[in-house]
Amino acid sequence: MIAEKKETLIESPLIFEKSVPGRRGITPPKAPEVDLAALLGSDNLRAEPPKLPEVDELTLVRHYTNLSRRQMGVDTNFYPLGSCTMKYNPKMHEAAVGLFADLHPYQAPETVQGALQLMYELQQDLSEITGMAATTLQPAAGAHGELTGILIIRAYHASRGEHEQRRVVLVPDSAHGSNPATASMAGYTVKEIASGPDGEVDLQALKAELGPHVAAIMLTNPNTLGLFERRILEIAEAAHAVGAQLYYDGANLNAVMGMARPGDMGFDVVHLNLHKTFTVPHGGGGPGSGPVGVKAHLAPFLPAPQVVKNGETYALDYDLPHSIGQVKSFYGNFGALVRSYAYIKMLGAEGIKKSAALSVLNANYLKELLKGEGFRIPYDRTCMHEFVAQPPEGIRTLDVAKGLLEMGYHPPTVYFPLIVKEALMVEPTETESKETLEAFARVMGEVIRKDKEWLEGAPYTTPVRRLDEVQANRRPKLRWGE
Amino acid sequence: MNYPTDVRYTKSHEWVRLEDGLAVVGITDYAQDALGDVVFVELPVPGKKYGAGEAVAAVESVKTASDIYAPIAGEVVQVNPGLEEAPELLNQSPYAEGWIFKLRPDNPADLEALMDAAAYQAFAESQ
Amino acid sequence: MDYTPHTEADLEEMLERVGAKDLRDLYRDLPQGIVDPPLKLEPAKTEAEMMRHLRTLAAKNASANAGFLGGGIRSHYVPAAVPALAARAEFLSAYTPYQPEASQGLLQAIFEYQTMISELTGLPVANASMYDGSSALAEGVLLALRESGKMRVAILKSVHPEYRRVVKTYLDAIGAELVTLESTADLIPAETGAVVAQNPDFLGSVHNFAAFAETAHATGALFVAVVDPVSLAVLKPPGEYGADVAVGEGQSLGNAMAFGGPHFGFMAVRADLVRQLPGRLVSETTDLDGKRGYILTLQAREQYIRRSKAKSNITTNAQLTALMGAVYLAGLGPKGLKEVATRSVAMAHALADKLTRIPGIELVTPEPFFNEFAVRLPKGVLEVRSALARKGIAAVTPVLAEYGENLALFACTEQHTEADLDNLAEALREVLR
Repeated sequence: MIAEKKETLIESPLIFEKSVPGRRGITPPKAPEVDLAALLGSDNLRAEPPKLPEVDELTLVRHYTNLSRRQMGVDTNFYPLGSCTMKYNPKMHEAAVGLFADLHPYQAPETVQGALQLMYELQQDLSEITGMAATTLQPAAGAHGELTGILIIRAYHASRGEHEQRRVVLVPDSAHGSNPATASMAGYTVKEIASGPDGEVDLQALKAELGPHVAAIMLTNPNTLGLFERRILEIAEAAHAVGAQLYYDGANLNAVMGMARPGDMGFDVVHLNLHKTFTVPHGGGGPGSGPVGVKAHLAPFLPAPQVVKNGETYALDYDLPHSIGQVKSFYGNFGALVRSYAYIKMLGAEGIKKSAALSVLNANYLKELLKGEGFRIPYDRTCMHEFVAQPPEGIRTLDVAKGLLEMGYHPPTVYFPLIVKEALMVEPTETESKETLEAFARVMGEVIRKDKEWLEGAPYTTPVRRLDEVQANRRPKLRWGE
Repeated sequence: MNYPTDVRYTKSHEWVRLEDGLAVVGITDYAQDALGDVVFVELPVPGKKYGAGEAVAAVESVKTASDIYAPIAGEVVQVNPGLEEAPELLNQSPYAEGWIFKLRPDNPADLEALMDAAAYQAFAESQ
Repeated sequence: MDYTPHTEADLEEMLERVGAKDLRDLYRDLPQGIVDPPLKLEPAKTEAEMMRHLRTLAAKNASANAGFLGGGIRSHYVPAAVPALAARAEFLSAYTPYQPEASQGLLQAIFEYQTMISELTGLPVANASMYDGSSALAEGVLLALRESGKMRVAILKSVHPEYRRVVKTYLDAIGAELVTLESTADLIPAETGAVVAQNPDFLGSVHNFAAFAETAHATGALFVAVVDPVSLAVLKPPGEYGADVAVGEGQSLGNAMAFGGPHFGFMAVRADLVRQLPGRLVSETTDLDGKRGYILTLQAREQYIRRSKAKSNITTNAQLTALMGAVYLAGLGPKGLKEVATRSVAMAHALADKLTRIPGIELVTPEPFFNEFAVRLPKGVLEVRSALARKGIAAVTPVLAEYGENLALFACTEQHTEADLDNLAEALREVLR
């Protein structure tokens, strides 16, 4: 791989490579002449300025505009990335966020009553949609919400003197990797539960692992195969019978948003991904927001502060003596909250339910179309918002993904869940039209009918072709100029 | 696939060979093939003792990471310094230059309980 | 209203194809008692109605733009080019760049960002971003514990109290101990794996932590520095005074205050700690044709591969807000950033001068201080903050009593003018009269 390295072709120069000493871009107000050494101590000053780019504003604008043109997003292409809910993010949300840009977290509360009201109402609405008693908006992303939720469970057990005894968290083998990683971060031992032949949690295997040593079961429902756990009420009963708590990973809430509430399923804690279900743009990997809802018995352990309403006034309540503490500075990713607030209030109960149901309809319709194109469906029954498919025997999922890129589509999630070989996890979302789904299915069919050589060489016309991942891992180059 | 007869094998796909009283451990040809291009080997610190079956090292390919377990109980006395710069040795020469660590065995006779080449080949081919 | 494109004809055809009577029928596998519950939500609003409602809510807030509040978030100017470029639809509506051929834009931007953070901190490796400064610190501390194999952390009291609280939450989770040091003169306890200091500290003071870092290393701990990126235009980078890990809050780099988030956290480390890093990392590499490209790397550290043995559970981070930081840094360049830092410092010192001439106000932050300082007020801090708010001035950041009674922080940025300082001093004089 390294031995016969060709000369590297550079098509998209780095901003550093466009830098010209002395050139100025954005110009801030002029600094007065001051002696920094006298004000800050000569010992404390850096000898050399940081090597930041020196470019004019137009070069800056062209650079990032052209980078954006080397990037696929929901706004440019169909993006059926499973478990990520790449639905359309309404443009009005971006305008709405600007209305709240200039608020400082340490302002006097009487000067941020509108912001606090928004947060309070969103806490209420999310609790209503999830069937929970209380919600915190503090966590910054889904995995952050998971950590918060598991720490709440830990604090609950500790309050009953059971922390020492309950050291195990049960996680199905189909779970997102963040579930076991979270349980580890909270100091728990993780025990994986094998899925049954129907792709759901094997109730007998689960019961065999349950006992007074179990702190929690973490479940995604619908699970990562896109299947609803039909025995969920029995699972909840079995968990509660031994004093364990049931944790809901909200990554897949979109399927049942408003149609079936985690609280009614028997879950004690739920985290949401506002950047999935509630239309916060994914931003290339965040910022997201991961609110956590809990049943009443867990409410005392929520992070501080909570937004409360006293008469007609909204306030931040830090006086929560049993709280797990704080997981993020300030009050959460407020900008994300504005977007989800607008989304929920604009859809109302009917719009929320309809959106969920159409995400399920779109997934089932696409599943039928792909079956027709020759894809295998390992768990073929009514799916929820997503489903798992496999290419025909002999064709690698990786090649299907790369072929799709050549045809102008973002591929589904690949090689996940781990329990299905060559998995393609497809989540179309409710905002895609019937024609888009049909066109995608046709292209998927075309891709698997391409000859092997074409497939293994794809993509051809993307900004780069397949990259040398082994080189990037063996000898990573993580910054320019080293 | 290569199954040399001068080493013993585990079900977790390590091989072990006694050399001058030390147990040399690596991963099998079958294992390196299944992993694909090895990009990094997380090596243990010499001086630490491990029970049989305890995770000692980890091998990373681009998309997976696998623990390497102590085939028998003992103390790690040496690690392969060449792997830091050239993890690909695990792919190129799994039974020789790609060895991972050496253990001072608590009981060299423990090796007897491990699989021989024929048994391992049958096991690997049934996977 | 909603954002679905389905017509009645579409619905009919699609339902028939999937073998369902109606939309409700798609949920036939669920326990029927829980399907389609009544939801107590307000009636739906149109976009116009919603914007009007949001404007009403926004009108109940007072802008803190160009105010003097600090404590981790400051009102620097956000140049128009920053959100205009970072919020391009392609960046905004993409997710984690798992498919590099379709994500070169973001991947290259992240690689450039990593370089900029490395330049600012003087450490060779930076990751693609963390949620915010406080959680970046918590993760930096966990990294140090993994590397050192120890379960105790010593943190200076002069580190932001909210950051200390977040670190405590993360450490409680794994049963590690957090020891608070009053000053660098305190003894670092045995078996400490991470020593944490903030520079400039919570009250604004600038420190030379070289000796403290050396002491930390001598006890076998890693030295973790919390730093402000704007200050690094002029201050010595933490990599030069012995930091093994540097973390911080990126808000001051082109991100609106936004009531505390979303912003981004950054993290940079020594080269040999790269495999201990949490979160995404981008590496340069080449494609099949020998063309330069960028790709996520060292993914075996991450939760979706390593599961319970991952370095962290972090998945989604703060890519878009970190991109804003990168556009800001590239737009200002070394000279622009130095001007922002210098003007902020100059204004803060001029303000301290003016405020301490007001009877009863006493400077508490020891010199040298950077763009922020604490004073003791002769009146209740919350009361003064509200009184100034009524005069249209956002100032007086309350400081917890553990730092002293009646303390407030004042922060300055490049947005401030002499007239702003005089206006604040005059208003404060009136309020305290």
